[in-house]
Amino acid sequence: MVGAGWKNFARGGAVSVATVIVMTVTLAIIGSLIFLSALLTFTLDSIRDKVGVSVYFVTTASPNEIFALKDKIMQLPQVAEVAYTSREQALEDFRTRHANDQLTLQALDELGENPLDASLEIKAKDPAQYESIVSTLSTTPALSVSGSSIIDRINYEQNKDAINRLSKAITAVREIGLAVVIIFALASILIAFATIRLAIYTAKEEIGVMRLVGASNAYIRGPFIVAGVVTGALAALVVIIGMFPLMWYAGHKTASWLGGFNFFSYYTENFVFIFMVLFVSGIFLGGAASILAIRRYLKV
Amino acid sequence: MIYFDKVSKHYGDTRALEEVTLSVGPKEFVSIVGHSGAGKTTLLKLLLAEERPTDGSVFFESINVNDLPSSALHHYRRKIGTVFQDFKLIPNKTAYENIAFAMEAAGRTDEEIRSDVPYILELVNLADKAHNFPNQLSGGEQQRIAIGRAIINQPEVIVADEPTGNLDPINTFEVVEILKKINELGTTVVITTHNKGVVDSVGRRVITMDRGKIVRDDSSGKYVL
Repeated sequence: MVGAGWKNFARGGAVSVATVIVMTVTLAIIGSLIFLSALLTFTLDSIRDKVGVSVYFVTTASPNEIFALKDKIMQLPQVAEVAYTSREQALEDFRTRHANDQLTLQALDELGENPLDASLEIKAKDPAQYESIVSTLSTTPALSVSGSSIIDRINYEQNKDAINRLSKAITAVREIGLAVVIIFALASILIAFATIRLAIYTAKEEIGVMRLVGASNAYIRGPFIVAGVVTGALAALVVIIGMFPLMWYAGHKTASWLGGFNFFSYYTENFVFIFMVLFVSGIFLGGAASILAIRRYLKV
Repeated sequence: MIYFDKVSKHYGDTRALEEVTLSVGPKEFVSIVGHSGAGKTTLLKLLLAEERPTDGSVFFESINVNDLPSSALHHYRRKIGTVFQDFKLIPNKTAYENIAFAMEAAGRTDEEIRSDVPYILELVNLADKAHNFPNQLSGGEQQRIAIGRAIINQPEVIVADEPTGNLDPINTFEVVEILKKINELGTTVVITTHNKGVVDSVGRRVITMDRGKIVRDDSSGKYVL
């Protein structure tokens, strides 16, 4: 059966070549969707990392009291990361940030003491969870030894609108991205299916003859499925090999303006995953399309 | 061996066969004649279970063909060898492969194929064309390959639909002689034809059809329309 499938494929000539080309285009679309999805995830993650909620403490709050609260916050399931900035660090950061602004630095020096608060920078796992984190913080009093609250302010209210908008935008982009991926994948699968169906249509007389000489459905179907699988596997190899120089070029040309995302690095680091997705998709598409396409010719 | 019991076949309003009753015994050579549209090919399609009757039953030996499930059709069809007017050879297979694949399809071993196919090629006088593709063969040669394919599994019946329809007189004569030889070896042969010369040359039972009905069944081999 495998030999007959190879022969079917080899003798198909131009039809076989055309089917491999169409299948290559299909798998190239599926492959580019993998990269597009990775780029989208990378971009959204980068934006999300730039958003956070800061909790500022009164100047009298001791580091131990702040660390105790930090531990509590870390235990919240919505929290991904909490970073502590001491008053001294905040002052140093401020000076670095305003190194070219002599007027501001002069004003700071005239104060004679550090006016900046220690703070905790909280990153949520999902931007939509900031509201619940802030709400938990508000209902969990963080008190000093003297009994007064050590929290001076939480900057959530100022950032609330931006965070909410970002959260909605991320959800929308993800949903649209998924829809685009599904539409393109479906369209390309249909094109591949139609091409394989056309290739089998050219053999419908042969199938008819096989039926009349008493060939079983499995005997007829086998070589066509093998030919479909060979088509899919060959197309997958063409795409996987063709991607190497393409991603190398794209990676070098675009990494600087894609915020650090490098196509070639992604290709090499995820080669096994990409290979498996394309190879299995090719074999599955070729085989399944052949089974479906030949079904109509096996009736009666 | 073959029995059509009041068989009708309708395609919408077209009545291709109307209550046809017919029996063919073992080792008979039957020629079915009639104008185009008389129902000859429909009769053969019903025997091959390519079509199902609208009414009546088709029997092959003790099998009611109507009752055969799709999964059993390939076993049934191996009992009948078929030959077509347009040969229906597989274009991308050589003469040898066209005959061999009918054996492969029937589940015969490679050894059997290697020993039987050359013998059949000899029988149809085409041993020297074994590796030619159909487009490298003449019409007569293609039809002889088709006959070889039909007999390779030693069927009980050979059914030939206008086997000489596309052939010149010399090739027609050769094909008829091969069919006669196959019949003499004990295989039942049923052919449809328009060719008076073929019927006269065979000189056996002739069934004449007209508008879906059998209008004459003559054992003396006369071609009358």
